[in-house]
Amino acid sequence: MAVSSWRMDVPGLDGKCGQASRAAADLALGQDALLTNAEVTQANFPLPAVQNLDHFGKKVEDLVKPDHGTTTLGFIFKNGVIIAVDSRASQGSYVSSQTVKKVIEINPYLLGTMAGGAADCAFWQRNLGMQCRMFELKNKKRITVCAASKMLANTMYSYKGMGLSMGSMVAGWDPSGPAIYYVDSDGQRTKGTIFSVGSGSLYAYGVLDQGYKWDMDIETAVELGQRAIYHAQFRDAVSGGTCSVYHITQSGWVKLRGNNHYDLHYQYYPDGHATSANSVI
Amino acid sequence: MSISTYNGAAIIAMSGKDCVAIGCDLRLGIQNQTLATDFKKVYKIHDRLYLGLAGLATDALTLNQRFQFKHNMYKLREERNMNPATFAHMVSKTLYEKRFGPYFVEPVIAGIDDDGTPYITGMDSLGAMETSKDFMVAGTAPNSLWGVCESFYRPNLGPEELFETISQCLLSGVDRDALSGWGAVVYVIAKDKSFVKTLKGRMD
Repeated sequence: MAVSSWRMDVPGLDGKCGQASRAAADLALGQDALLTNAEVTQANFPLPAVQNLDHFGKKVEDLVKPDHGTTTLGFIFKNGVIIAVDSRASQGSYVSSQTVKKVIEINPYLLGTMAGGAADCAFWQRNLGMQCRMFELKNKKRITVCAASKMLANTMYSYKGMGLSMGSMVAGWDPSGPAIYYVDSDGQRTKGTIFSVGSGSLYAYGVLDQGYKWDMDIETAVELGQRAIYHAQFRDAVSGGTCSVYHITQSGWVKLRGNNHYDLHYQYYPDGHATSANSVI
Repeated sequence: MSISTYNGAAIIAMSGKDCVAIGCDLRLGIQNQTLATDFKKVYKIHDRLYLGLAGLATDALTLNQRFQFKHNMYKLREERNMNPATFAHMVSKTLYEKRFGPYFVEPVIAGIDDDGTPYITGMDSLGAMETSKDFMVAGTAPNSLWGVCESFYRPNLGPEELFETISQCLLSGVDRDALSGWGAVVYVIAKDKSFVKTLKGRMD
């Protein structure tokens, strides 16, 4: 089967590849069995040969955590959902990339955001994309935001205590309307209308809460999202790079902005910012 | 938490033909939080001598005051400005006096003496001097700064070219460091023409 070559490259997906081929077979047989989460999240990661796995997991977490400092935000308003993110990855104070894509386009109606460990986010969001596609093929309809976020939360819960680090928003539009769910590596899953996640989230919340109105037009909402990310990038040392803004409506998502911080700063403050008006010495 | 990376800093000094340049970034932060973007880390001792202090900001300010005081006392006694080398040894001695409870700073000294000969030196927080004939860096991004300086530096540059070189090194260097940047300032010291320029940088 074609999937066997992929299995060697991505051992972590072993369980799911088996599932994938079985699902394809089910579909061919016209069976409509629902995928259960227990089956989907079986992944064969080799476990370290240690006595106390919990303790080891904690230690490894501190060791390998290339915690990419991040600011991400999402909110629902009258005209849909806005998702905005920065693009910096850092290891301690070292800026390892300024061009990270922190929004994963799961399908034309679903977006996921990444904050936390870079590898954990990238891998499990991609994995979620696959699970969502499998759902679509099996059930012949698009997955809801509610169900997609629950799959991710269940995956996270199944690895609880093993040192995963992820703070994500799953946002999209389904038959029940717009929705955003916050999902993290502790297994928490919360539905809400305004979220911000990452090291710069407090700065972003400040701007967001100040400017948010349900009745905003699209342009105002996009500008608010961009402004909140801009200020987080300015104040938070480990957030930066570019600011990307997505808008989700009934007809799916569109990427509306992708601006470099340098351009944004001198556009917003051509005559200098307040932090250089109060001479320290 | 390391106390020497608490506030963030980036300093470079470079020597050219009968001139030197010293520049620093402008960020003052508390760990990851940026508080100000106009915090200069280079202090003027006299027209031909500048001192850069990277490290803990509170110690840098205190030390600058002590050095200003010492230089004033020297001028009163000797009726002349301090020679860059003399000043550097004075800084070194002052730091070693606090051997068992040091000031958490990394000084960089740049100046020209009476006949215009460039002088550049760097130190650790205990005063171990390292005199260089090309360039010296200090701060929270030493690797990035050394890297760009090693590749861009050329000997015997004039003041204008030296300014361009040090500016590019500073701006590129801090772009890979989360704790420094947010603009920069560069001082070029030459016998007849010295100048200062503030550089626009990435503000993230």
